[in-house]
Amino acid sequence: MIPGSFDYHRPGSVQEAVGLLAQYGDDGRALAGGHSLIPMMKLRLATPGHLVDLAGIADLKGIRADGSDIVIGAMTTQHELIGSDLLAQKVPLLRETSRLIADPQVRYVGTLGGNVANGDPGNDMPAVMMCLGATYQVAGKGGERRIPARQFYHGAYFTALEPGEVLTAVRIPAPAAGHGFAYEKLKRKVGDYATAAAAVVLIMNGGRVATCSIGLTNVAETPLWAEEAAKILNGSALDAATVKQAVAAAEAICTPASDRRGTPEYRTKMAGVMLTRALARAKSRAA
Amino acid sequence: MNDQTPTSAQRAEALQGMGCRRKRVEDIRFVQGKGNYVDDIKLPGLLYGDIVRSPHGHARVKSIDTTKAAAVPGVVAVITAETLKTVNLAWMPTLAGDVQMVLADGKVLFQNQEVAFVIAESREAAADGVELVEVAYEALPVNTDPLKAMSDGAPVIREDIKDKKEGAHGPRKHYNHVFSWGAGDKAKTDAAFAKADVTIKELIVYPRCHPCPLETCQCVASFDKIKGELTLWGTFQAPHVIRTVGSLISKIPEHKIHVIAPDIGGGFGNKVGAYSGYICAIVASIVTGRPVKWVEDRIENLSTTAFARDFHMETEIACTKDGKVLGLRCYTIADHGAFDACANATKWPAGLFSIVSGSYDFPTAYCLVDGVYTNKAPGGVAYRCSFRVTEAAYAIERAMDIMAQKLGMDPAEFRLKNLIRREQFPYTSAFGWQYDSGDYHVALNKAMETVGYNKLREEQKAKQEAFRRGETRELMGIGVAFFTEIVGAGPSRNCDILGIAMFDSAEIRIHPTGTGICRLGTKSQGQGHETTYAQIIASELGLPADNIMVEEGNTDTAPYGLGTYGSRSTPVSGAATAMACRKIKAKAQMIAAYMLEVHDDDLEWDVDRFRVKGNPERHKTMTELAWAAYHEVPPGMEPGLEAVNYYDPPNFTFPFGAYICVVDVDVDTGESKVRRFYALDDCGTRINPMIIEGQIHGGLTEAFGIAMGQEIHYDEDGNVTTASLMDYFLPTAVETPKWETDYTTTPSPHHPIGAKGIGESPNVGGVPCFSNAVNDAFRFLGATHLQMPHDAWRTWTAAEKLGLHG
Amino acid sequence: MAKSQISLTVNGKTVEALVEPRTLLIHFLREQLGLTGPHIGCETSHCGACTVDLDGKSVKSCTVFAVQASGADIRTIEGMAAADGSLHMLQEAFREMHGLQCGFCTPGMITRAYRLLQENPNPTEDEIRMGISGNLCRCTGYQNIVKAIQYAAAKMSGVPFREAAE
Repeated sequence: MIPGSFDYHRPGSVQEAVGLLAQYGDDGRALAGGHSLIPMMKLRLATPGHLVDLAGIADLKGIRADGSDIVIGAMTTQHELIGSDLLAQKVPLLRETSRLIADPQVRYVGTLGGNVANGDPGNDMPAVMMCLGATYQVAGKGGERRIPARQFYHGAYFTALEPGEVLTAVRIPAPAAGHGFAYEKLKRKVGDYATAAAAVVLIMNGGRVATCSIGLTNVAETPLWAEEAAKILNGSALDAATVKQAVAAAEAICTPASDRRGTPEYRTKMAGVMLTRALARAKSRAA
Repeated sequence: MNDQTPTSAQRAEALQGMGCRRKRVEDIRFVQGKGNYVDDIKLPGLLYGDIVRSPHGHARVKSIDTTKAAAVPGVVAVITAETLKTVNLAWMPTLAGDVQMVLADGKVLFQNQEVAFVIAESREAAADGVELVEVAYEALPVNTDPLKAMSDGAPVIREDIKDKKEGAHGPRKHYNHVFSWGAGDKAKTDAAFAKADVTIKELIVYPRCHPCPLETCQCVASFDKIKGELTLWGTFQAPHVIRTVGSLISKIPEHKIHVIAPDIGGGFGNKVGAYSGYICAIVASIVTGRPVKWVEDRIENLSTTAFARDFHMETEIACTKDGKVLGLRCYTIADHGAFDACANATKWPAGLFSIVSGSYDFPTAYCLVDGVYTNKAPGGVAYRCSFRVTEAAYAIERAMDIMAQKLGMDPAEFRLKNLIRREQFPYTSAFGWQYDSGDYHVALNKAMETVGYNKLREEQKAKQEAFRRGETRELMGIGVAFFTEIVGAGPSRNCDILGIAMFDSAEIRIHPTGTGICRLGTKSQGQGHETTYAQIIASELGLPADNIMVEEGNTDTAPYGLGTYGSRSTPVSGAATAMACRKIKAKAQMIAAYMLEVHDDDLEWDVDRFRVKGNPERHKTMTELAWAAYHEVPPGMEPGLEAVNYYDPPNFTFPFGAYICVVDVDVDTGESKVRRFYALDDCGTRINPMIIEGQIHGGLTEAFGIAMGQEIHYDEDGNVTTASLMDYFLPTAVETPKWETDYTTTPSPHHPIGAKGIGESPNVGGVPCFSNAVNDAFRFLGATHLQMPHDAWRTWTAAEKLGLHG
Repeated sequence: MAKSQISLTVNGKTVEALVEPRTLLIHFLREQLGLTGPHIGCETSHCGACTVDLDGKSVKSCTVFAVQASGADIRTIEGMAAADGSLHMLQEAFREMHGLQCGFCTPGMITRAYRLLQENPNPTEDEIRMGISGNLCRCTGYQNIVKAIQYAAAKMSGVPFREAAE
């Protein structure tokens, strides 16, 4: 219940934050919403000697359009994502996903940056970002760089972030108007991590799939971009037989942990069921 | 008399007595955040205790080095078993006749077992200290499977009693055996089975779960060295028992121990027993001379302070081919974890399990329970169970459904055919219980009619056909449960806890101005006693409920009682309250007769006054009589107006109910959605219908959690994998179904106000109802028994085995 | 580790304090300010018994360090009643509808319900249930809590409260 001791820092700029994280190395952790980190600290599974609170950095907030991209500051909360008219219009998949994350209190404080940068396979946004082809903007001692979400996740709690780097924003190429989307999440109860979840974005043309992108949550050590499954669906009318093939391809890349949510066999099958339902819903929404 | 004079009915209503939906007195402070819970207590010089726990499920403790911990700034002391041995408290007696390690003495027997107690000036220092205690373990083979506990070569759990052939409850047949206990007529039952047309046999498992009240277990111990007195605040459902047991084991004289249970944030049986943390806090206070607070975390709570169920019941029913039950047999392995720390009545190590013949007219029955030790947390009885009644009800209600299936009969029809009939009451069961009152057929028929049972079965049939044709992937299940509870422990001839008979008490004192105070030996943890006992008094004495203060929990002032659990408050202390009222009323009557200058027999009672028969204008209200009791009593009579009653119930009471549930199962995910849940309860006289409904809502929600996902799960290495709220399924408002409540009223003939008690009925009847509903969804495909909890992955796996996923 | 000076507003009063960075906001409120209304029911941020209203947001105060809350405007259950002591409509509603039993989840639940009705003054039943999904209760089964919130919402909006048949 009681975390270990630490020193608390509250920088006013990204540069200052990066400097502090570089200074403290392994002993320093960035603090965003804190609703992943602080519970771990209370159980003493994480014992950083220094916390660098990002809450005072105005540059990390805000949701804006930049050409055909949407750029979301890393410290944007789930609550703010849900309330954004811009996102509701341009990337409605985000509101749908946010609503399925945790509970109202956690959503008031939990951030998009925290949800995507942690490397926790249970988090929902990573698969969604892979599905959308998003890019993460990262700041470090060496300057700024951009990492595609699809290349960001290497293992459980193991990402492409170098020590001392901090996520500053998420850049999403807005899907074309009239796209279909869905985030279908199977869970034991409200607020739980996914037993399995599927994110789908697709564009239909003349009753056939023009483009399709699929992300899968919590069915492997990392979120998964189901490239093969999506390829199978291209050009199809999302008929049962083709969907079945795509589901098989999605199941083939699943290696879920066995936990109280179910056996690996069950969770793999559920990834397939969630994908099937997400495809149906996405299709019903597509122009 | 004129139009302004209130009628009898109006006066009765104004009293807010029994039967009305009186708003709760407790709420006034709770909604303002002004409750007084244990962790709210602040004392000068307060120290904090925190516990070092074993990561191993079974291991020798080779060494404990507390040097680094003791050096943490703010740490005052570190206690181990060695410290406790100096005051003979390294082990403590349990309420079940066993002994339990307070802190690890050479061995640890379950994961998270208490090893050392760090005492510090702050919570933070105590937590830091815990991290630095160095313990060297040597891992031992683990057994967490109760069905393997008595096999040859099973790991020895209890080396301390390894060679003892006699346990607290009789002979032990294996070193991991705790007790054997049986009831009923084995020979007669075996004969009935041998001759029967149809029999069923099924291993019905009630998994281990945990009551998980929102407030964990905690205490503040303060030993005054000068006076030699211990004051102990704590989450105690039975404060007097804690005081007596505390005195016996600490050797502090009982009159010098002040146990106070303040507001308690939910109990459900979790807060009956004594835990290591309490003992350590007491010793720490004695050693340091300062008050010590111990508050457990949620993970500690779920993995160490008691547990519930873990009953593995091989259940058999014998029947005629046209559906009349002939006999019941049940062999149970009861997993008690590392120590038998159950809080049962002494004579019944398996509690009231022999209610397992349930609501049905079994001519003969036999049950046998073997308790075993495993590498799991100690305990057993808890969680709204009425002493194993939840287990018994689950076994019989599942078994009845399985038999109905084999006979090709509808489960409700099968029950109607075998329910005890109204004219058989008071009914003596095959196990010797005398059920006090009931009209079971009226109740079940009312339930079936209200939900439109036959229409539901038609709908189900149509859906089954649609499923077979591939038109739907949803299966509909209808669950029926008819339970009989046995509560109100209990008659002293067979109910005692460590020798103390299970009576209970009420002491009522009326003040000169006609208001009063009632103190009782029970202890509310949310049941609304401050509101409901006053309603009994209002009806009995004709004083407004608002004028009666109700107090529980302070052992110095409350009359001795055995506490609140097992739905016993209304049956026992509720009776004591009525009886004490009647003593007061009798005295008041004599005062009234004296004041009105008539004979006692010339008076009759009218709501709130004695009036002269035939001359109602001549009357004295109870308020006037209260003043008179202090002002001028008849010659020879003591002044004052008070009474105490210690009530030894002549029998248990037997609430019952008919529950019906409709679920829709998504075959492709295994998820079950509760479409409807109807609960008809009969608790005899209903004191406050609003509070009764609240108890039903809460109990059904706990039952829902149990049936659909709760378990305290151990893997084969002894790791408890479900010890936090991440994995221990507590439903939120979203998952929780809407509850429909209904009732019938058959008063208990032996209870002074005919009331039976209600708190645990919904858990007793709810779990089998949910489980029967999910099972019912798969019946038409030939499945006989799906094991709970019915979480999605298990239900899906059952569907997979039935070949439903193509 | 170095203590931090913090300054915040709690139930309308300015508070200055020196805290260890690792001091959780719930402990600061309960221990240092004596506000024992919000409670602790778990250590994994699931139960919501510690919920407070912080800068117009429902927040689990067990998952925030007091230092993070410097500069914040916090309201706990103790700040719900009016200055003259009259209860907030939600507090009355919980009593009226029997929305509590042991009282332990109640401060967090009422504090959350308060913000819920600010977000959405006339929620449907489903919206209420979703809205309180971060607050666990073991006693009531939620049914009367939902009724209490519906009652309060109706009264606060000036519309008649119609109790749905059970």
